[in-house]
Amino acid sequence: MRFVYNFPFFSIICMMVCAIVSPMLSGKKALWLNRTGLAVTTALNGTLLLDMIKNPTRITFMMGHFPEPWGNEIRFGPLEALLATVFSFIMLVIFVAGQEDVFRDIPKRNINLYFVMCDLLMTSLFALIYTNDLFTAYVFVEINTLTSLAIVMAKENGQTITATIRYLVMSLLGSGLFLLSLTLIYDLTGHLLMPNIHSALQILIADSSYRLPVTIIMGFLSVGLAMKSALFPFHSWLSFAHGSATTPSSAILSSLVLKGYIILLVKIYFRVMGVETVQQLKVSNVLFVFAILAMIIGSMDAIQQVHIKRMIAFSSVAQMGYIYAGIALGTELGYCAAFLQIIVHALTKSMLFCAAGGLADSSDHKYTWGDLKGAAYRNPIAGAAFVIGSLSMIGIPFFAGFGSKFYLAMAAMTNPAKKWFMLFSLAVSTVLNAIYYTKALVVVFSKDGDTAKRKQHPSYVLGMGVFIAANVLLGLFYQQFFNVISTGIKLF
Amino acid sequence: MGPNLLNNYCETVSMILFGIGFTTLFLQPNLIKKIIGFNIMDSAVYLFLAAKGYIYGRLAPIVVNNVTDMDAYINPIPAGLVLTGIVVSVSVTAVSLSLIQKLYKEYHTLDMDEILKKSKEAHQ
Amino acid sequence: MNKIISAIEKFVDGDFVITTKRKKKPEHKPITHHEKTIEERWAIWHDTDGVEAFKIVYKAASVAICLIMITILLITVSFLPAFGNPDNPVNNEVSQRYIEKGLEETGAVNIVSGMILDYRAFDTLGESTVLFAAASSVMMLMRKEKKGKEITDKFSPKRDPIVKIVAKFIIPVLLVFGIYIVLNGHLSPGGGFSGGAIMGAALILYSSAFGYKNIKKVVTEKFVRNVTFFSLIFYACAKSYSFYCGSHHLETGIPLGTPGAILSSGLILPLNIAVGLVVTCTMYSFYSLFSKGEI
Repeated sequence: MRFVYNFPFFSIICMMVCAIVSPMLSGKKALWLNRTGLAVTTALNGTLLLDMIKNPTRITFMMGHFPEPWGNEIRFGPLEALLATVFSFIMLVIFVAGQEDVFRDIPKRNINLYFVMCDLLMTSLFALIYTNDLFTAYVFVEINTLTSLAIVMAKENGQTITATIRYLVMSLLGSGLFLLSLTLIYDLTGHLLMPNIHSALQILIADSSYRLPVTIIMGFLSVGLAMKSALFPFHSWLSFAHGSATTPSSAILSSLVLKGYIILLVKIYFRVMGVETVQQLKVSNVLFVFAILAMIIGSMDAIQQVHIKRMIAFSSVAQMGYIYAGIALGTELGYCAAFLQIIVHALTKSMLFCAAGGLADSSDHKYTWGDLKGAAYRNPIAGAAFVIGSLSMIGIPFFAGFGSKFYLAMAAMTNPAKKWFMLFSLAVSTVLNAIYYTKALVVVFSKDGDTAKRKQHPSYVLGMGVFIAANVLLGLFYQQFFNVISTGIKLF
Repeated sequence: MGPNLLNNYCETVSMILFGIGFTTLFLQPNLIKKIIGFNIMDSAVYLFLAAKGYIYGRLAPIVVNNVTDMDAYINPIPAGLVLTGIVVSVSVTAVSLSLIQKLYKEYHTLDMDEILKKSKEAHQ
Repeated sequence: MNKIISAIEKFVDGDFVITTKRKKKPEHKPITHHEKTIEERWAIWHDTDGVEAFKIVYKAASVAICLIMITILLITVSFLPAFGNPDNPVNNEVSQRYIEKGLEETGAVNIVSGMILDYRAFDTLGESTVLFAAASSVMMLMRKEKKGKEITDKFSPKRDPIVKIVAKFIIPVLLVFGIYIVLNGHLSPGGGFSGGAIMGAALILYSSAFGYKNIKKVVTEKFVRNVTFFSLIFYACAKSYSFYCGSHHLETGIPLGTPGAILSSGLILPLNIAVGLVVTCTMYSFYSLFSKGEI
């Protein structure tokens, strides 16, 4: 085996060791350790990605001495490498840009523990991206839940704790359903590794008497993971949790944590159930309905918000709808578009949250529209990032969001039954997006407020600069990303 | 309906418990009861797994007298899964209870609806 | 049901007798209904009888959801393989290898220990990480601000003479029993998690029988932090080494020993000890953080 194929395993262990070491350090050192770890893992996964682009293969890496079906294993191809690279890169930039927020919002005694949580969160995301075992996925889903709860509640005031408890209840319901469906699957097939379950399930589904239990299990699994990733009827906790947490936490939650569960769900559709089975059992139709509702209702809710972070959080609900709609189309192009949307949304939404944090910081930490007037003049780099993020979310050409919307529309063409619903709701949602982002832009660029420029911390400027550059690059080269994804999805 | 509902009486009971726990966690306004519901739900899954591992007339999976024959022992995998699951649910319970304690100190009530109302009022 | 009907009737009739014990707001003072628009009526009903009606509907809906959920689950159960049947799909080649080859490949007499710490060790590594994450987040929430202020014994439990004398006898037994279970994890039922929980219970009992001051002589925050750190680092490094060797088809070079001896089964014994220490510290720190806000 080539040495580069060890890198996923190394990155999981690297972040885990960073987390274990962090409680022994002071807050500042923990931040540096966290950023070093993230830089190392970005480099490792990036190297793997470049290697995978050159010769795309699917590698199965045994975690231990025992091959399938006895041991644990991780499995990766170009798509997993791409996702891991993008995720660790985004988290790194978030902590470059958001270091001031962390030191301001979180009590000093807890800063090192906050970074323990962020390191563990990244560990669990890597594990969710790479794992090939359902039970390992469950354990890391729980780590993901606990750590994301912790990073919401790290900023201690009544509001964040209230938000956390709502988040907690939804997450626990989701994990309970996931655990239940996992045990039911284990009971029917006797395996925990995804490919083995797949082959056993194919035999069961061919026997028509098992159709009903398999459908129910799949329903529970989808509902459980949809609850955790805030699909439409379960989205009420999201705006509270993301709106009230400290800025880096909001950015991480919105751009990375939700995506981890979706990746797991798609992985289960591909490796456990099989894409054809998902289509046959009509689960995707239910998902499609809720995805469409999420796209429209999320945007409508966003229009009504007066709190800038809440607005961005509701916009996340709508964007989750896009991802689920792409998945629910059920065609290969649909899945590719969904993954491109995952990457685009992760990059743009984290930038928007950081920009909103910066705009609010220059308005005395107030988040309502009235206080944000003229904020873009006080903090030009955040203003610039907010413009680019908004244009990207609306889907203007040459910005990141255009690519994913374009491919979602293309994917809609491949599914004749859902074509018109999809195109119509894409159009409606785009118009709604344009309304609320334009409103936000008008407010932050109005000359009513104080327009004197304020000094920014150099790391914030650096982080936002990197975000803007990454967004523009993704907007210009989305086709290359799409090519990697479409090679990766064949090997997923 | 399949043929095995009464035959699988352990599983039947565990599923009823799961339903009760799930509903308690979902709809009960009292936070402590919510967490109790969560624990009922998880315990139901462990009961289910334990029932699934059992085979009539076989021993616990600890090698006795060097007999390593599949017909001698029950399935060890569910036991391992239950162990992992218990640790996870203990951890989650501890975190949730500490959150609830914090909330109680802030709002002096355990009722979710009242907490939401008070936090809205405090914020406006 | 009657309550709902009466509550709804009140809305329809516009008969606004405020029946609940809520505080009456000044603007809701009784006014005859022809003076009110439908919005005002709705607002008042919403605040008074509406709450009652909503509560009843909510309860009925909860029961309905519970029953629907249980029905769906029972339908699923009725399709599952029969209880206790040796031909079920779960008793396949996977469990066969764990049972038949487990002793030979992992050296552990306790097949479950061998399974969780060797065959499926990645899960268990994740599991210890969950404990670590939980301990850290509880600490994040519960640790008190005040620094320098000594925690006095004022808040520590009353030193009950009965508890004290019984604890004197029980704590050594508990500790020895916990250590026994941890060390024999590969030979008999038990292992790091159960043994650690017992040892944690011993520490909790000591703390509540003899007061915070006495336990602080040994178990301080620094102690807990260091023990957790070294155990977890050892766990992560040992398991990474073993994963690395495994995936490259190399021998780890760790002898398995004679099955049944206390020093056997390779890494399982040290891993059990590490897990046991982590669990002990986590259990104690949960108790300690909940009761006094520091370790």
